[in-house]
Formats: sequence, structure tokens, C-alpha cells
Amino acid sequence: MTATGERSTAPAERSLLAAVRSATGLDPSHCYQCGKCSAGCPMADEMDLKTHEIIRLLQLDRRERLLSSQAIWLCLTCETCTARCPNEFDPAATIDALREIVLAESASKVPRPMAAFHGAFLDQIRAHGRVFEFGLVASYKLRGGALFADVAAAPGMLLRGKLSLMPERIAGVADIRRIFERCQTAREPK
Amino acid sequence: MKIGYFPGCSLQSTEREYDESVRAVAAALEIELEEVNDWGCCGASSAHATNRLLSIALPARTLALAAAQKMERVFAPCAACYNRLATARHVLATEPELAERVHAVLGTAVDTAVGVVSAAQMFSELASQIREQTTVPLKDLKLACYYGCLLVRPPAVCQFDDAESPTSLETVVSATGATPVRWKMALECCGGGFSLSRTSSVVRLGRAILQDARAAGAQAVVVACPMCHTNLDFRQRAMAERAQPGQEPLPVIFVSQLVGLALGLKPEALGLRRHFVDPQPLLARVATAKSLPEHGGPA
Repeated sequence: MTATGERSTAPAERSLLAAVRSATGLDPSHCYQCGKCSAGCPMADEMDLKTHEIIRLLQLDRRERLLSSQAIWLCLTCETCTARCPNEFDPAATIDALREIVLAESASKVPRPMAAFHGAFLDQIRAHGRVFEFGLVASYKLRGGALFADVAAAPGMLLRGKLSLMPERIAGVADIRRIFERCQTAREPK
Repeated sequence: MKIGYFPGCSLQSTEREYDESVRAVAAALEIELEEVNDWGCCGASSAHATNRLLSIALPARTLALAAAQKMERVFAPCAACYNRLATARHVLATEPELAERVHAVLGTAVDTAVGVVSAAQMFSELASQIREQTTVPLKDLKLACYYGCLLVRPPAVCQFDDAESPTSLETVVSATGATPVRWKMALECCGGGFSLSRTSSVVRLGRAILQDARAAGAQAVVVACPMCHTNLDFRQRAMAERAQPGQEPLPVIFVSQLVGLALGLKPEALGLRRHFVDPQPLLARVATAKSLPEHGGPA
């Protein structure tokens, strides 16, 4: 944990702890640092902060350290931590809430492949109501995902009849777009 | 029996063999699958990692459509779709404030009475019927049942099987006459949605899963999730690079394909030719061994 000199007692409106509490309905003070979440985490070896450290920093309201962490973007939401927490806390939902806050406040901190993937994925749903995988891969690459990765796999996918080249648009795509609009508006700070 | 059906996006393209085999097996078991009209994407990881309200509203729309079609239960073979639909149902039932916001977004209230069923649940409920209708018992086939994350976790949402030592897929495998092996990695994550955005993690995680399955003596891995299948089948070549030379690839088959084979359905009807690691040589070997004279098979 790096000492940044950051103050742990943030003013109420900038409190990350308060924001996460209100977004999730969870109370991070339930975590007593047993470390079971980190012990079972499949991504722990690749993370700059382990799961229990993320929760500890949240208890201390270390906004900057948490929101600039790579670890929150490496969580696969496999739910192992949540399933095993002995005090019924929900680290996976907490990490989702942290990611949502980073996106709303400082989207440039999102690692590029993750931002490209999520953006491309949600664009597919907005455009068609469903994810059209050929379009997903193309859009992901254009948004800055690995340009040449998996290009050699395309013939094998086609040969096995696994790629549709034309998207299928659902009848209720207007409903889907309205859902997106309303969910975006609801997220903007009041 | 009639049940609602939510195939999900992957089952329409990269993992269409899962859809083909589910439909073929349902027909053989005389189960009518009624598709949810105009279903939309569940939002998957990209919705819940970026916008919680959206991640509930998208599957809630599908639950509302299912309720309008008077469905009691919806069967979602994709473990990720299953988990998002079940999560939406759970949140709508337990978080009244968020439920109200979701209703405002959708412009309609959502009935949470509609049940959501995974493939592990669906096929384990049908295990005795599968056993009775098995015409080609898959004797001598040793299989690792791979659950991954989303069939049983989080337990509050899934409320099905045991989150640490599940047995539902083993029940199905036993019903087909095959033998489930004991292994350690059944519940480890395959890397799921990182297949494109962080392939290196998927390769690392998948390699460990396949190595453990092999070490336990499995001849193939049984899955009930299109993402697990993509990662363990399509990405297996990348995983094998650092493995021992000469090691044979390990087929990864859907639970529905396994059931279909036991019911005597043709491999073509089950999409078995669509995998990157071809399971057909192994399955043919088992079928040949089985046709040899045996002393008193199982009842």
C-alpha cells in the first residue's frame, strides 16, 4: 500500500465510501480482513491490489488510490469471493460499483482493452438488441483492442458455421435504446 | 412438459452447437421449448461492470416478456444469461428501491414469479428420464464436470446445488452411463469475458483447468456454458503451446451433446463437428469399445 499522503477523511460529497454504500446497499465495515476473498481469487496474482486490500482502502475512503487501481478492472466477477465471505459481504458487487464510479468520473483511467471491449459490447446491444459477435470483434478492434489478434481464427470459425455475417435486429430495439437512455440519465450526478 | 426458452446471443453464432443440441435433446425428451418472443441480450459482463441499473433493466425486460407469455419458468442454457436473469429476478424481489427504478426505466412492473433455470438444473431434474431413455450408454467414458462460476454462484442468487461441491452435472453424466471423475478445478473461473480483452489470463486459467482434468483421468470436459466452451475449446491451442509435446488435445463437450449421444441422436444433430478440438474420434472409440461383448451391463 503506497502512502500518498491522501487524506482519509474526505468531505461527505466526495466520499467514495458513501457513494459505494448508496450504490450497493452494502456496508464495507462488515469486512474484518480475513483475506479469504483474496485467497480464492483467480486473478489475485495479476492484481496491484488484492480483494481484501480493496475493501480495506474503501473502509479508509482512499478515493484516489482505489479509483486509479488496475485491479478493479481485472475482476472477472466469478463470485468466488462473494460466495465465500464469512460475514456475508459482497466484494464482487463492490468492485462493480467502483468500476461504475470510475467510468462516470474519469473514464480515461479504464485500461484500454477493457474500455474497448465494454464499449463495443454495449454498442452491439444498442444497435441490434442483441450481440452480433462478428460486429463485436470488428468494433472492439477499431476501438483500440488488439488489431491482429485472432484474425487467423476467422476462417476456422466460418468453416464451422460459427460466424453470422449479418446482424439480426430485434423488433423491440427502440425499447432497448430507451432503456439505455434512461439508465444513462439516472446515473448522471443530480 | 413445456418451458420458456432464452437461447441468448452466443447460442446464435459462435456456440450454435449448444442451441442445436439443446433443441434436439428437448425434442427427444418430449419437452416443448417456447422461445421468449423478441428477447434481448442479457447485458452480460459489460452491463454489470459499467452500469448496475442497466444490468438489471436489460434482463428484466426479458422477464417481463416471459411473464406476458404466461411462462412459469425460463430455461437459459448459457450460464451467463442464466446468472443475469436470475440476478435480475433476485434484485427485483429483494431491493424494492432499485425495483422501482427498473420499473420506471421499463415503463412497466416486472413479475418476479417467473423462474429461471440453468442447464445444470434442467438436465439434472430430467436425470431419471434420461437414464430410462438412454439407448447408447456411454460406458467407459471418464468425464470432468466443469461448472465454472455462474451455474452455482453467488448462492443467494442461484439457490441451486452446492456452491462449493456441486453434484448436478455429475448426476447427468451418471445418467448417460459415463463416469464423472473427481477433480479440483470444477469451480475455478475460465477467464469468462476476458477472451478478447485479456486473452493471456484466459490461457493461464484454462491451462490449469485442463491440466487438472487430465491428471484426474478425464477423457473430456463437460460444460454448460458457451463462454467456458469458447475458452477451453477455441483457446486450447494457445494453452497447449507450453504443454508437453505430443499431448493429445482434450475435447470439451456440452452437457446437452452428451445427453443427446446417450439418447442415440446423430452427432450431426448435436453439432459435434463444430468444435475446434474434435471430440468425434474419442466418442467413436468409446462407441466401438461398447459394441464388444460385455458381461452384464448396468440396468
